[in-house]
Amino acid sequence: MSSMLSSALRNLPVSSAWAAGALARSLSCSSQFQAAAQPKTKKTLGKTGVKNVVVVEGVRIPFLQSGTSYADLMPHDLARAALQGLLTRTSVPRDVVDYIVYGTVIQEVKTSNVAREAALGAGFSDKTPAHTVTMACISSNQAMTTGVGMIAAGQCDVVVAGGVELMSDVPIRHSRKMRKTLLTLNRAKTLGQKLSLISKIRPDYFAPELPAVAEFSTSETMGHSADRLAAAFGVSRLEQDEYALRSHTLAKRAQDEGLLQDVVPFKVPGKDTVTKDNGIRPSSMEQMGKLKPAFVKPHGTVTAANSSFLTDGASAILIMSEEKALAMGYKPKAYLRDFVYVSQDPKDQLLLGPTYATPKVLEKAGLTLSDIDVFEFHEAFAGQILANLKAMDSDWFAQNYMGRKSKVGAPPLDKFNTWGGSLSLGHPFGATGCRLVITAAHRLKKEGGQYGLVAACAAGGQGHAMIVELYPQ
Amino acid sequence: QSFGQLAVTKESKALMGLYHGQVHCKKNKFGTPQKEVKTLAVLGAGLMGAGIAQVSVDKGIKTILKDTAQKGLDRGQQQVYKGLNGKVKKKSLTSFERDSILSNLMGQLDYKGFEKADMVIEAVFEDINVKHKVLKEVEAVIPAHCIFASNTSALPISQIAAASKRPEKVIGMHYFSPVDKMQLLEIITTDKTSQDTAASAVAVGLKQGKVVIVVKDGPGFYTTRCLGPMLSEVVRVLQEGIDPKKVDAISTAFGFPVGAATLIDEVGVDVATHVAEDLGKAFGERFGGGSIDLFKLMVQKGFLGRKAGKGFYVYQEGVKNRSVNSGMDEILEKFKVPANPDVCSDEDIQMRLVTRFVNEAAMCLQEGILSNPVEGDIGAVFGLGFPPCLGGPFRFADSYGARQLVDKLRKYEAVYGSQFTPCQLLLDHANSPSKKFHQ
Repeated sequence: MSSMLSSALRNLPVSSAWAAGALARSLSCSSQFQAAAQPKTKKTLGKTGVKNVVVVEGVRIPFLQSGTSYADLMPHDLARAALQGLLTRTSVPRDVVDYIVYGTVIQEVKTSNVAREAALGAGFSDKTPAHTVTMACISSNQAMTTGVGMIAAGQCDVVVAGGVELMSDVPIRHSRKMRKTLLTLNRAKTLGQKLSLISKIRPDYFAPELPAVAEFSTSETMGHSADRLAAAFGVSRLEQDEYALRSHTLAKRAQDEGLLQDVVPFKVPGKDTVTKDNGIRPSSMEQMGKLKPAFVKPHGTVTAANSSFLTDGASAILIMSEEKALAMGYKPKAYLRDFVYVSQDPKDQLLLGPTYATPKVLEKAGLTLSDIDVFEFHEAFAGQILANLKAMDSDWFAQNYMGRKSKVGAPPLDKFNTWGGSLSLGHPFGATGCRLVITAAHRLKKEGGQYGLVAACAAGGQGHAMIVELYPQ
Repeated sequence: QSFGQLAVTKESKALMGLYHGQVHCKKNKFGTPQKEVKTLAVLGAGLMGAGIAQVSVDKGIKTILKDTAQKGLDRGQQQVYKGLNGKVKKKSLTSFERDSILSNLMGQLDYKGFEKADMVIEAVFEDINVKHKVLKEVEAVIPAHCIFASNTSALPISQIAAASKRPEKVIGMHYFSPVDKMQLLEIITTDKTSQDTAASAVAVGLKQGKVVIVVKDGPGFYTTRCLGPMLSEVVRVLQEGIDPKKVDAISTAFGFPVGAATLIDEVGVDVATHVAEDLGKAFGERFGGGSIDLFKLMVQKGFLGRKAGKGFYVYQEGVKNRSVNSGMDEILEKFKVPANPDVCSDEDIQMRLVTRFVNEAAMCLQEGILSNPVEGDIGAVFGLGFPPCLGGPFRFADSYGARQLVDKLRKYEAVYGSQFTPCQLLLDHANSPSKKFHQ
């Protein structure tokens, strides 16, 4: 028995002493399980000399379609509500939190450090530092891994991470010419100077500048890129609609069965209390089939029904060092283990982040795809998901584009986003990452698994993947 | 020179007396409580519950606001938000401060977190069975040191405490509407309430920015009990044919900030009916005056007052000069009684209202409900709108003269009977002119 395992050890790409040490340690304590003829021993991914970082709890306010109940609020109001929800759920004393990091994409200019404004509003001490990060759709993942880094480095014990996005109100700016004129006017001293500036204003100065959901480097909208990606991988319209229907159906079921435990109610000032996500709408293949393509007309395959929709929402997650969590009497939900960030070409590989990130993180953790029990991938577009699945299942892609010897394999769909995904639940850009992590943790507990893989693509041609390990029950 | 003249007027003395009284009532005569109240729970997100929550959160007290229905809870939370937002509009708060204050408020439908509560204030429906049910539910989840306070305006605290396993922790905390504007808090102790419970209740009231009086348990406590006879007299005056606008004018001329008929609308005709019935049962004929059936008919027709949009007046959003409710003409006609011209001058009407108030206040002091006249004056002015320029019922009795007051009472007693019989304490003061309530 042990010789079989040690040969398996030799075949693993053991790159450093710690791996051997960790494996050896877990071999000795898992020896009692060998008698039960398990196909593989599920080892823990703890590293000697590295602090274990745990998730104590994660919440989110209901994700709503833009322009609905959150429309009159500001992003820090949503973030504050998520923070308050987290405080209520965990009863963690505010002064215990060492640091707060939030991720957001479309910044409200007045609250450029939305983490700080939200934290102060939620009653955190003004002595608790807070900062805001931005990395497109993986902003809250970045917030969480920033927290993991601080805890692992021993500089903090308790970090609150989260993400927020308010698409109902976006910064609509004056045109550059108008801005320049106004700023110069500010500096103009004499009436003559001012008048000469004003006389230069033309009608085109008044055209406003809207923030576009387009890549700055390529000027291509993300939907357009997704359509090209789907075409490149031969993903049909039908397949995409089917996937979208799957996402909505599974989300509806999860909502009805009360599985979405991370949702906290939010009393919106002047409106009723919001308790549920309002974007979940399972339709039918016929209905979805009627829609025209949204980005590449007339023959594109990406439509409004098989894309994620503009959403408002916020999430918050409480992460601690394992010792601190146990000392405070908490039962952690999961360990946050290895994570990677990847970057590729924003033109042709914009949305392939999960494909690049998955094999890298598995390698880091010493796992194979079959070791993963729960997959939570961000669903930007059905076409993007399916293209990634096909890429992951392709030896050719792995060899020619990723410089790998063989494919990593596609995640089996029965383990994949089984409680819905961004397509159906909604995608407030900055907030999705925390939702993926806490859903992975909850699913591991409910479905009886040990490892979860969270992955996401992001604008800018970047991606992220992280291993979440269920905390021993 | 004019300043000097003004400084020695009765009004000046009255106002100075009120100032000193306020200072006195802002001290905690029960000492420091053993445990500071850090977490407060308010039951019932109605007008009073939400108001109590508002004055607690803006002083930094973590407050749980619990209701049984989501709609009620939403309404209550919205009320707190509106109250704070009003201050933002007036620029006395920034929107940021408003949001930070609101983060102290936890609205919920269950008893989560009650195991950490240091004090529970119930502001649920004014029915003894509902209050007993709530008391039992709450006692099952709160810690041993937690105090149970009731915001009831008339149900005797000892009756509420009858359902409690720890009556020494039960106390009355009677707030006045609107809670964020009315400064008075009337605390009611039973003979079982412990000193520490009282100290804690006073401490919380002071933290909320209230002026506190502490009275003993009894029907109507002090405030409701003094107001009862006066409102009864108002109804009699209306029945005698004086229209509501005139009654208001006469009472405001005397110094009441709110006219007497409007006051009934503000209190609520249904509440007034309830109180009149309960106090009538407890004290008998002395609390009679106007016909309670007039109130009952108003309630039947839905003329509940401001909260229903119609009472003696019609209340419309944005309309400043209220019109008299035309539906009242029929009711007043139905209950019309003949007026005695000897006691119907404007001055008489004013004195009829005031003497009943003062007489009842004196009786409260006589019976030990009130511990001293200072609290009596403060309670009347800051909770019931007794004319501040007169300094309160006891200051008024001193300045008008107890002898003169008793004479007036006897005059009206001759016409109306026992409702105007002067109490023993007033008679004692009338008989020895050197005896004053305030030295």
